[in-house]
Amino acid sequence: MKQWRRGADDHVVATLERQEAQLLRALVGQIREILAARSAQAPADELAAITGIRTGPSTAPDDRVLARLLPDFTREDPSLAGGLRSLHEPELIDVKDGVAALVLNTCPPDGGRVRLSIEEGHAWLSALNDVRLALGTVLEVTEDMPDELPFDDPMAPHLGVYHWLTYVQETLVHAMSGQR
Amino acid sequence: MTSPVELERSEVDEIGADDTPWQTIVWNDPVNLMSYVTYVLQKLFGYPKDKATKLMLDVHYKGKAIVSAGSKDKVEVDVAKLHAAGLWATMERP
Repeated sequence: MKQWRRGADDHVVATLERQEAQLLRALVGQIREILAARSAQAPADELAAITGIRTGPSTAPDDRVLARLLPDFTREDPSLAGGLRSLHEPELIDVKDGVAALVLNTCPPDGGRVRLSIEEGHAWLSALNDVRLALGTVLEVTEDMPDELPFDDPMAPHLGVYHWLTYVQETLVHAMSGQR
Repeated sequence: MTSPVELERSEVDEIGADDTPWQTIVWNDPVNLMSYVTYVLQKLFGYPKDKATKLMLDVHYKGKAIVSAGSKDKVEVDVAKLHAAGLWATMERP
């Protein structure tokens, strides 16, 4: 796809190739799946049924990707961190699931033109960021990632995807900031 | 039927103690784009671009930046919003 650009009525527009749309939809779908698996682990809470206040787990996820998507609230006090996680994690998962769902609703499955309002653009930025966090964690990216990995490195295609997502997010931020 | 409760003086002092300042810290991580961090700080806190850029550069070069401060309740809300945007943020006492 070419860079995102600012269109009429404060919308941002881009055209995705078919493979790009399919890839992006698959990636955000995977984020939804891992978040749903984490939600399913939340302790059953009888009080929640009465009060409507959901609580989540108080311990950080073991999985590195989930741990990066759902960070600790504080570093100094583990019991405070646990309490705040339990209180906030359900909503954080809802928000992340919501932006992923919005991408699926606004990204045509076979590619084509995408036209987003500013609010939708913000959701795409969030969802793209989550996918990059997930991939980046698995790839153990550093500040100076190479453009390519050696041909026979099994991570090579994933790095290519990561760089492509970086391009999509970067150009979307610029278009949203009114710089295109 | 309940009657209004008058706060004892000691309770008022305790409320004051709980409001000692907390800080919202954004930590550097190798995935988040500089442009995105700046954008998030502008959008969530209403900071002008210069201030958001300076904070982002502190995160990038110094490893972290204090992006807001206040009561425990306030920074808790700020951290939650930053997590929703994908930034690595925590709340700490100075």
